[in-house]
Amino acid sequence: MAKMFKGAENAFKVRLSIRTALGDKAYAWDTNEEYLFKAMVAFSMRKVANREKTEISHVLLCNVTQRVSFWFVVTDPSEKHTLPAVEVQEAIRMNRNRINNAFFLNDQTLEFLKIPSTLIPPTDPPVPIWIIIFGVIFCIVIVAIILLILSGIRQRRRKDKGPSEVDDTEDKCENTITIENGIPCDPLDTKGGHVNDAFMTEDERLTPL
Amino acid sequence: MVRLVLPNPGLEDRILSLDQLESIEEEEASSRPKWDNKAQYMLTCVGFCVGLGNVWRFPYLCQSHGGGAFMIPFLILLVVEGMPLLYLEFAIGQRLRKGSVGIWSSIHPILKGVGIASMFVSLMVGLYYNTIIAWVMWYFFNSFQDPLPWSQCPLNENQTDYVEECARSSPVDYFWYRETLNISTSINDSGSVQWWILLCLTCAWSVLYVCTIRGIETTGKAVYITSTLPYIVLTVFLIRGLTLKGATNGIAFLFTPNVEELAKPTTWLDAGTQVFFSFSLAFGGLISFSSYNSVHNNCEKDSVIVSIINGFTSVFAATVIYSVIGFRATERYDECFSTNILTLINAFDLPEGNVTQENFEEMQRWCNATDPAAYAKLSFQTCDLNSFLSQGVEGTGLAFIVFTEAITKMPVSPLWSVLFFIMLFCLGLSSMFGNVEGVVVPLQDLKVIPKKWPKELVTGLLCLGSYLITFVFTLNSGQYWLSLMDNYAGSIPLLIVAFCEMFSVVYVYGVDRFNRDIEFMVGHKPNIFWQVMWRLVSPLIMLVIFLAFFVVEVTKELTYSVWDPAYEEFPNSRRTSYPGWVYVVVVIVAGVPCLSIPGFAIYKLIRNYCQRPGDHQGLVSAPSTASVNGDLKC
Repeated sequence: MAKMFKGAENAFKVRLSIRTALGDKAYAWDTNEEYLFKAMVAFSMRKVANREKTEISHVLLCNVTQRVSFWFVVTDPSEKHTLPAVEVQEAIRMNRNRINNAFFLNDQTLEFLKIPSTLIPPTDPPVPIWIIIFGVIFCIVIVAIILLILSGIRQRRRKDKGPSEVDDTEDKCENTITIENGIPCDPLDTKGGHVNDAFMTEDERLTPL
Repeated sequence: MVRLVLPNPGLEDRILSLDQLESIEEEEASSRPKWDNKAQYMLTCVGFCVGLGNVWRFPYLCQSHGGGAFMIPFLILLVVEGMPLLYLEFAIGQRLRKGSVGIWSSIHPILKGVGIASMFVSLMVGLYYNTIIAWVMWYFFNSFQDPLPWSQCPLNENQTDYVEECARSSPVDYFWYRETLNISTSINDSGSVQWWILLCLTCAWSVLYVCTIRGIETTGKAVYITSTLPYIVLTVFLIRGLTLKGATNGIAFLFTPNVEELAKPTTWLDAGTQVFFSFSLAFGGLISFSSYNSVHNNCEKDSVIVSIINGFTSVFAATVIYSVIGFRATERYDECFSTNILTLINAFDLPEGNVTQENFEEMQRWCNATDPAAYAKLSFQTCDLNSFLSQGVEGTGLAFIVFTEAITKMPVSPLWSVLFFIMLFCLGLSSMFGNVEGVVVPLQDLKVIPKKWPKELVTGLLCLGSYLITFVFTLNSGQYWLSLMDNYAGSIPLLIVAFCEMFSVVYVYGVDRFNRDIEFMVGHKPNIFWQVMWRLVSPLIMLVIFLAFFVVEVTKELTYSVWDPAYEEFPNSRRTSYPGWVYVVVVIVAGVPCLSIPGFAIYKLIRNYCQRPGDHQGLVSAPSTASVNGDLKC
């Protein structure tokens, strides 16, 4: 079997970081877990065209370390040649999620060293959220501005009407001058420039009959 | 004691006498706005003083100038420089009952330029400050999603890898420089208006307009929220911060005193400028706010209380900020170490858990002994907790890069992000109220605005005009313009204005008269401490700080940091020197306010000189005739 790995271009190194991912709930890596791994790889290969006959026995593991890391290859049914790396890579990439989930790991903790992980694009909502929040706040502010301006205009109109009404009544008060004998009783009229009505005018020297 | 007072004829005619002051409140009730209650006034003043600088400038200064030892110059200068100036502004505003232009022209017509300088500075600072608020709003709007947009890099077009610029720097850097600012590589390269920032800017100016639409009538209500919310959020963050791992590292780093720093003059200069700028003195806003007070308000107590609150807030905010920074630095350190551990165990296929932070060096030696050739091929990162703690922790870098990164590592990040940016928004907005007041009231005093125009219209036009000017900051090079304004518009002119203020009140108005006024208003003469401070110590300190600051700024080469992905040492910023025409802008921005002081004085002198021949005619044609009823008609 070591012969298979001599042509190492079709072999892949795998590294698991179980402790980092699961902490206390970490499971130990034993032969059963290796069996599961082989099963997952075989499953992935069976999904590729022309490779539906891949069996678990066609997946070979080697060099398992304490880390946990190991190398694997997939052989063809004749068990003489290894499958090309491109096919294996394609198969693994298609089913990466399933393989990860089988071991409770993710792309960072279950690494296939030559296979780049497909990045999950961040989900973009159709309308960016910030525009929604901006719209809400801006509308509230505009409504507040309009209300304040309108109430200011109304206040000013009321104030303008108010003092002018007060002025009218004051004028009326001033105009009610007591009149006695037809002569206004406001001798020292300080409105300035008025004739002093305490003195009789030329016309009223003679009392009327 | 220095008893020098400059001759000031006609002062009595320009100001209200103390008897008139007694009855002034009923007369002013309809024409002049006034505070609904004392709490509104205090909250407005505290809100104006406590601003973004308390959160992102003081902690950095504290940490870089010897930690706990920095408290000593800071507190000393707070008491001898900040408090006396504050008391002076409060008292003169309450006494003369006008805005900044009105006050200085009452003291002496030649000094009107001081008020005009305050107005220009308030305007220029207001322009760029509101842009920062717009950036805060952008981050706030983006905080309502999980995961936060600055927690991961976007993918490139092929969906094979992250965007290169992001992969080389970090998601938070990328979000700030590319997705927010879309920054260009030089201040020359203006680019176009970034529509998303423009929207946020519109929102920021609209919110400001809503709050200041009727002057203190509306700001007085707004400050109940904008001045109190930051303290609530800071407390919440303190509790959250102290429970994070590594918070104590940050706080220890902040407060560990390094007494040698006290011997350096730059420490004292930075403490002085921080106290000065943190108190928002010389903007004219504080004078205006206190002119709406009742005549017998105890402004001495107010100034002491506001000073204490300002100092306390700086220290409190520094503690909160550094507990979170300590957390981030520890996370970074742990990640760095984990990467190193991973490198080692991957290369030597050691089981996980065998190598920890404690035995790392031992294991390194063992591996080196086992297989030196393989070991030599490995490269390890240097993990230094102190270097993580001292990374870019002031200004916009603190708020938008370092702190946002720390937030992404906390559980329930959107909540902390929303809280943090609401706090920054309130801090900035309450400072803007003072700026708007410092521009609107002088404009009214200068009679540039017809009296018939309602206040809503005046504030509206101001906000609209400023909004249009701040389009400059939404360009690709906007951040470079903003740093330029920040460095030069709000520094030297303020120092000059403050010095002129002190000099005018003490030597032109007369400190004896000022003492009598305060005795009338407050009930007792200011004690010997205030006398010494006003007459001697504070002006001297102002002068020293101004000269030192001026010398430092003028001898510094004008350079700025540029975000350039093509730079070899990217993601570090590249320092380039400004193009030539920037010097002209700097001179205008810093020079116009400063020059308006002597400029206006000269203008007034020339006008007086020209009018003097005409004055004789006035004397001749004004006979006094007695009328029959005894009124004297003059």
